[in-house]
Amino acid sequence: MKIKFHYILFFALSTVILSCKKDNFDAPKAALTGRIVYQGEPLNFEYNKVSYELYQSGFGKTGAIGSIFTPEGAFSHLLFDGLYKMVVPIGQGPFVWKQTGGKPDSIAITLKGNTNMDIEVMPYYMIRTPQLTYSSGSVTGTFKLEQIVKDANAKTIERVTLYISKTRFADSQTNVATTNLAGSAITDLNNVSLSVTVPTLVPTQNYVFASIGVKFSGVDDMIFAPVKKLTF
Amino acid sequence: MKNKFIIAIATLFVFSLGCKSDSDYLDIKPTQVLSPELAFSDPTQVLSILADLYNRQYDYPRLTEWVTFGDFNESFYSENGQYNNYHGNSTWGFRGYRGPDVGGRATYFWTPWDYTYIRELNLFMERCATATALDAATKASYIAEARFLRASYYFTLTQYYGGVPIILNSLEFNGTDVTSLQYPRAKESEMYDFVIKEAEELKLLLPANSNTKARATKGAALAMESRAALYAASIAKYGATTPSVSLSGGEVGIPAGMANAYYTTALKAAEEIISGSAGAYSLYKKQPGNLSENFAAIFYDKTQNNEVIWVDDYALKFKRHGFTQVNQPRFGAEEEEGGRINPSLNLVQSFEKLDNTFAPLATNDANGDYVYYTNQQDIFAGRDARLGGTVIIPGSSFKARPVDIWAGVQLANGTVISGGERGAQKVLPGKTVPEQVVGFDGPINGIGNTAQTGFYIRKYQDPAIGSGQRGVGSAVWLVRYRYAEILLNAAEAAFELGQSSVAAGYMNQVRARAGLVVPLTGGDITFDRIVHERRVEFAFEGQYFFDLKRFRIAHQVFDGVALNKTDLLSNLSKATKRSTQPYSLLPYKYYAPGSPNNGKWIYKVDLSNIVTASDNWQLGNYYSEIEPDILTRNPKLVKQPNQ
Repeated sequence: MKIKFHYILFFALSTVILSCKKDNFDAPKAALTGRIVYQGEPLNFEYNKVSYELYQSGFGKTGAIGSIFTPEGAFSHLLFDGLYKMVVPIGQGPFVWKQTGGKPDSIAITLKGNTNMDIEVMPYYMIRTPQLTYSSGSVTGTFKLEQIVKDANAKTIERVTLYISKTRFADSQTNVATTNLAGSAITDLNNVSLSVTVPTLVPTQNYVFASIGVKFSGVDDMIFAPVKKLTF
Repeated sequence: MKNKFIIAIATLFVFSLGCKSDSDYLDIKPTQVLSPELAFSDPTQVLSILADLYNRQYDYPRLTEWVTFGDFNESFYSENGQYNNYHGNSTWGFRGYRGPDVGGRATYFWTPWDYTYIRELNLFMERCATATALDAATKASYIAEARFLRASYYFTLTQYYGGVPIILNSLEFNGTDVTSLQYPRAKESEMYDFVIKEAEELKLLLPANSNTKARATKGAALAMESRAALYAASIAKYGATTPSVSLSGGEVGIPAGMANAYYTTALKAAEEIISGSAGAYSLYKKQPGNLSENFAAIFYDKTQNNEVIWVDDYALKFKRHGFTQVNQPRFGAEEEEGGRINPSLNLVQSFEKLDNTFAPLATNDANGDYVYYTNQQDIFAGRDARLGGTVIIPGSSFKARPVDIWAGVQLANGTVISGGERGAQKVLPGKTVPEQVVGFDGPINGIGNTAQTGFYIRKYQDPAIGSGQRGVGSAVWLVRYRYAEILLNAAEAAFELGQSSVAAGYMNQVRARAGLVVPLTGGDITFDRIVHERRVEFAFEGQYFFDLKRFRIAHQVFDGVALNKTDLLSNLSKATKRSTQPYSLLPYKYYAPGSPNNGKWIYKVDLSNIVTASDNWQLGNYYSEIEPDILTRNPKLVKQPNQ
């Protein structure tokens, strides 16, 4: 037994002594956070749809740190201090991202400690004053649509959709019922209304989440109104 | 004394043997690795290297991986592990679905990027050219075959990625400058031009022999040319409808002005095969008495099959697959499994009626009452014979054993009696003894490996005894090019060039073989007709995927909006018809003693509750993602659009 104890002591000591070299790096500490906004007003997207890329040059390979905006249009990273560049790849997002010669313009970010920055973009349309209400078994969404981009980049509305879901994710990927209105069927942009019957929920719950999405022709990603919880 | 003597002798031996010079002694030829000189010193050895190169062509779908067959809601995936991937997930990744890991690395179905293969093809050609053991004729034919494989592989890459770097000789690293190995992407049009040019040269070098199926022939080169030119033409023409799917350098997208020249090339190449100059190819018509079986036999009949042009061949005991094993009708099968690919109603109802019109399957009459059928198959009567050759329908047989597909018993008061297991038994009202109320092949919602949509796949299933057994497997070949495609390529190209009656002539040949003997006229040929004909003729052959892409209709077909029954059952002929969810057609036995309809069959259109997502094709899906790791290694590569 005694010998075994010596062995243990020897290994324990050697572990302590030999591993004392500095072999760890500091974890990244600087938080980069922000949101995608139009005139200070945050935009809402679908979960896992609108991607962006962060680049930091000077360290060998030039790969991107790729990530995806949250449904609330926010992004957050823990990074090292330094110079970064942010781009949204062309074709991503229901908004216009400036480009030059077919390549997206980058936003330079100087990161020194925690940084919060909002990024201004031009969405094709804004959903204004969304009203989501529940009454007698159905959810109704009423809202206005305001065209923001009117130049050569303007897009037409393909459809608007009202989603209801059992969870906070109320979008094309997660929903229990939807209703669509084709863009061509919208007569008055200042008064768009949709309603959908709430199906039987299993297991039962006395609330649903609802949101409105707008799809533009030739653009993958939809723009959303903030998700609202409706209790009944 | 004696011992000492032995030791002395032994020592002497050690000296005598140990005196070889060190360099001779230590320089041992490796026994596992053949040097290039050794490998190319024997003609049969060279052939085996070439065989390996044949084996590494990229196919999608692949008979060894059944999930590569039925995507895009042409089928429902009846296996517990796949529900969430395919029916609970609305988007495709930019690399396609994840396949099995290879060597610890994830693989994806839409990313064939393999420049190791291209390098080895290039090395093969270079080493073959300098090999001394081969005679000149063998050398030339091997090099031509490798060239064909290279062109074919670049064509494959183009279908997924658009333009990629074209590397035509083996590259060596000079030790200092890595940029000398970095090549930019070629234009998408240059890729197709390369494939067409190679095919034009190769058709003079390869043998014109329609009996050679597994190796490169003149027919295969021309078939590749016709398909490549057609793809290029349609991307040029229909790419104009999705202007955002392009890159300013032309790596993705082809100018619309080039469409006509490509269509002309496609038509010319197809007509060269049709004229018979590449060998005696013709439509397979060995079983005129049973057109459905005749259609299925194209894929399993390997003797004197003049329809098939180029295949990935299989042979029992050497290279086999379990496609029949995993997809055979489950009840009474050779192995207690099968039934994974269940063709959807979306596909089944798109097979035309014999008068060339489209109609949904008649489940209900004008008053909304059920239509009662004496035999299960009656609802499918009077349709395109390819239906029975592509899909195992309720009431039909496979390997002479009838399938047992019915979802339950329908009572006159509207109640349905069914069971939760295959072949479940229950007591029907007015009876005392339990009897079977659901088929042994299902469909039962959520029970995998049964016909959950009411259908099994027929195409590529092997009728040979033992094909469904794990230990035996199937040797059915994977058809890469066949004569019917050549005819439909010619029809499409002729139609786009304004020669509608020529197009009708070619298309009618393919349709007549399927029992659609009322000929179409030039005026009947439309874009929708072309897309539809290819969809039903080539169902589960992988063509649908590339057609959706090159016609730029995928984002309309999979627009992310749930498919309701009204939409499902209308506009059957339209190419851009929504198909975001796979529907089922469930047979029920009608039970109403005393009624004339007692014991007859009714059908119900249904959507499984496993299908929760509506597929949404993003514009970024039109071209596969070039992985970030590849992009960082070669900064000259530009990213794909919309990703």
